[in-house]
Amino acid sequence: MLILTCPCCGVTADETELAGGGEAHVRRAGPGASESEVEDYLFMRENPRGPHFERWRHAYGCGKWFLAARDTATLEVFGTYPAQTTEPPEHIRAAITERHPGWRWRDFS
Amino acid sequence: MSARLPTGGRLLDRSQPLDFTFDGKRLHGYAGDTLASALLGQGQMLLGRSFKYHQPRGLVASGAEEPNALVGLGEGAFFEPNQRATAAELHAGLTATSQNHWPSLEHDVGAVNSALTRFLPAGFYYKTFLWPRSFWKHVYEPFIRQSAGLGKPPQEADGSTYEHFHVHVDLVIVGGGISGLAAALTAGREGREVLLIEQTAHWGGRAVVDAPQIDGQSAEDWVKSALQELETMANVRMRTRTMASGLYDHGYLMAYERVSDHAPATPGPRHRLWRIRAEETRLATGALERPLSFAGNDVPGVMLASAVRDYLVNWAISPGDRTVVVTNNDDAYRTALALYRAGLAVPVIVDARPQVTGALPQAARDAGIRVEPGRAIVKVDGKKRVTGVEIGLQLGEGGAMEHIACDAVAMSGGWSPAVHLWSHCGGKLTWDEAQALFRPDASRPPRGDKGQPIASVTGTANGHLGTAAALADAGLELDVSEPAEEPMAPVWIMPQGAGPALKRKMFLDYQNDVKVSDVELAAREGYESVEHAKRYTTLGMATDQGKLSNINGLAVLSGALNAAIPATGTTTFRPPYTPISMGSIAGAARGPLFQPVRRTPIHGWHEANGATWEPVGQWRRPYAYLKGAEDRHTAVTREVQAVRNSVGLLDASTLGKIVVKGPDAGRFLDMIYTGRPSSIAVGKCRYGLICNENGFLVDDGVVARLAEDTWLCHTTTGGAEHIHAHMEDWLQCEWWDWQVYTANVTEEWAQVAVAGPKARAVLESLGGMDVSKAALPFMTWAEGELGGLPARVFRISFSGELSYEIAVPADRGMELWEALLQAGAAHGVTPYGTEAMHVLRAEKGFIMIGEETDGTIIPQDLNLGWAIAKKKEDYLGKRAQERPHMADPKRWKLVGLEADGGAVLPEGAYIMAPGENANGQRHTQGRVTSTYYSPTFGRGIAMALLIHGPDRMGEMVEVTDGQGGAITARVCDPVLYDREGERLDG
Repeated sequence: MLILTCPCCGVTADETELAGGGEAHVRRAGPGASESEVEDYLFMRENPRGPHFERWRHAYGCGKWFLAARDTATLEVFGTYPAQTTEPPEHIRAAITERHPGWRWRDFS
Repeated sequence: MSARLPTGGRLLDRSQPLDFTFDGKRLHGYAGDTLASALLGQGQMLLGRSFKYHQPRGLVASGAEEPNALVGLGEGAFFEPNQRATAAELHAGLTATSQNHWPSLEHDVGAVNSALTRFLPAGFYYKTFLWPRSFWKHVYEPFIRQSAGLGKPPQEADGSTYEHFHVHVDLVIVGGGISGLAAALTAGREGREVLLIEQTAHWGGRAVVDAPQIDGQSAEDWVKSALQELETMANVRMRTRTMASGLYDHGYLMAYERVSDHAPATPGPRHRLWRIRAEETRLATGALERPLSFAGNDVPGVMLASAVRDYLVNWAISPGDRTVVVTNNDDAYRTALALYRAGLAVPVIVDARPQVTGALPQAARDAGIRVEPGRAIVKVDGKKRVTGVEIGLQLGEGGAMEHIACDAVAMSGGWSPAVHLWSHCGGKLTWDEAQALFRPDASRPPRGDKGQPIASVTGTANGHLGTAAALADAGLELDVSEPAEEPMAPVWIMPQGAGPALKRKMFLDYQNDVKVSDVELAAREGYESVEHAKRYTTLGMATDQGKLSNINGLAVLSGALNAAIPATGTTTFRPPYTPISMGSIAGAARGPLFQPVRRTPIHGWHEANGATWEPVGQWRRPYAYLKGAEDRHTAVTREVQAVRNSVGLLDASTLGKIVVKGPDAGRFLDMIYTGRPSSIAVGKCRYGLICNENGFLVDDGVVARLAEDTWLCHTTTGGAEHIHAHMEDWLQCEWWDWQVYTANVTEEWAQVAVAGPKARAVLESLGGMDVSKAALPFMTWAEGELGGLPARVFRISFSGELSYEIAVPADRGMELWEALLQAGAAHGVTPYGTEAMHVLRAEKGFIMIGEETDGTIIPQDLNLGWAIAKKKEDYLGKRAQERPHMADPKRWKLVGLEADGGAVLPEGAYIMAPGENANGQRHTQGRVTSTYYSPTFGRGIAMALLIHGPDRMGEMVEVTDGQGGAITARVCDPVLYDREGERLDG
């Protein structure tokens, strides 16, 4: 059972207190977007073995969404950060680089 | 024959004899016995039949790893199948039954399977039962069903109770042997908060049986003094009968405490599940002895050498008068010596090693026991009991050189550390060539959230088989006196050159009847990966999960593939370590506590007035109110007619109510809804649809504008929480700069729908608010005092009748309900339930989320285009609804159906199309989404989705009748009642 710290209320919570919300940093493709942009937005997801960015909600706590960077193979958590960001913050990227020099995830590295 | 010796037995209390039954036979044991030791004490060696061949099987082990002695324990509501006799402590009145045989344990018809072993090899399911096809139903399946399965499931609901513990400690130590005790002493002295758990009822593990001298005292005394010291430490908690079942992600450890299995009359829970979060988990789980693979190693009477020693020392059990010891290591000599000291005969020690020079063998020789190095057991004689063994050369092909009469065999193939917990969560193993065992690789531990190791291993589990080394590993450097051991020699097949006839009788997995020949066959047939070979042969897939068989099976596979053992690798260890009860997993969450029932303020009245319930989410809503001898159908008809002809009351409190407020609330709702709630005037209401980003309709309801910056969004009963969450998701994660606040106020209000031509009259007699058509027209709302209650009155309708929904603060809900009943009495006011509500809305052609929608339906399919603001630039789902498949004119669309003769169509029925598909099934062109008997029209009515539906009015279609036939129906307008909306508007 994973443990994640909610950056909003500061509580370190068991997975049973949280609800997963899929991939983070998905950019919305609304009206005017091409068919392939819509396809990417709705259906195409990363499936890495290694660092990954996810959406989580502190569902049975403060109710807030947050984002987490996590290694899908070792389950190491590189950090959690507010949902109100469009890209992973520098300190999270640095934490990943420490373990996985040269990592890439979509457009982030 | 096994028997109880007149003296000895360190765990026995002979002053407390206990009676128990096995297969109805009355037997006797003592306090301190396990069921296994008590049965052996009474000469009962045959305890079960194997899974596939129904071979007679007896005890092999003395602990958690026992594969054979599975029994049913208890009776009635307290019956539990597949319990290991070795883990069941004896208590007065214990009732045990053997399993997997018919008609009796002694005479089992299924044993004919064992005569067929040559025809039931690994993978026989895939090979034997393919043809002819018709044989499946009448021959193969009944045969497999008869043979399969171990214990029978209980016939009554579980009569015991269970609970969970949530525990946080600095250090949890798994295993109460000397390593675990030493680790607890070390950490306890440092002041750390420690939890020490042991799966059996006793501390000390193997050391108290093997009896080295520790720190100048006997192991028994050392354990006693360690326990005394630990008991004085307030920071150390200790639990016996508590088995760590699994180590999970981020160091979450689960343990299973058998609180009262040994004393069933004790009040309180039977089992307790410990959910442990520890800074550190130390595994002192010891090691399991491996069997040797020789022909007939499954005959009752063949046991692990350590088990023979345990039964003898702990419970004064003689396994037989003459016990042959067979080994590849020095440790088994302890068993020979223990038997000798107990006055029992050891005719020979068969040692596969060519030279045997250690201190323990020397002690055996000094005692006059014959030691035969370089020898193997070629074959065990006997069927239901060992009668003798044939001895030959280990390096030979199985030629017997000597027959030795005996009635028990003690075997030892070396030891395997119990690395299960280490491996559960990703800890890696390393192959220790010298000791021929896998041990934890400390450089590749299971890791936690910060990348830190979450477990460490100590003592024997870490590959330190000697007492001194094990204690040192746990942090205590103590003087230990025990005989030095010479290296073991790996022996995977005995004798090494054995041919197929012998290999077919060498069992690896006792419970699933997997033999050396099966694993070799799997390798020959290309199942080279250990995971494939496991599944093909079912090696290690029984309830013991291969505790005895895995390493031997792996070694045989490696041998067959001519690969090194570490290159072949191990299968994945999975929790639980030993089976745990389903009850303990559920804990207290059973029956009414499984899920909370949500009750409206009027729930009690419904209950007292004949409500028959319909679960909707966690709510219970009245389906209908049964009066007198009414059945559901009659009640629904009466309720529908009351609403159509006079007035009805519906408890609508469960409908979701979400307040959306703020400077950007209008803009936000325009994105959430397909329509334009921002354009609703204060005081007005409008029906709205909510889609997800895939374009699919997920919820609907009436939106009321409460104030310039405030809207009240009604959702479906089941949708309140997830629509609120959906709104929050978009607010927090996409439009976080918008100033909007949402609150789910569903439970703050009681809401009652007053529907029917007399609705206005009822409200007027309550008084206090002007509810006239002029003051409160359709789709408006007003706030005021109604009959003395602070109320919001919404002029909205889900029935097609003149209708008001009145919301009052939840704590006034019951007052409102009773006031309405009283005020409506003159008009015969009738409370109605959800089914009448469904019928009323279907007569009116209103859609219902979850009936007309199923997560693949867009509003356009339901002819709800009018509720979409087409000129709006954007809303959630808009772009997806433009995708080619969504805009396809061939999508099934909403229509009504009238069946021939007024029949009620079956729910979910398909509308058939000409022709058949590749599977010989009729093509379909639509399906029924809602279907009811309509009291208003006196016939069945239905709503359906049909290709080109709206263009096919009046056409006749064929609908499946659920019995292979068809019902003819006419396509019609789904709106049947009051098409002009005069009643609604009235």
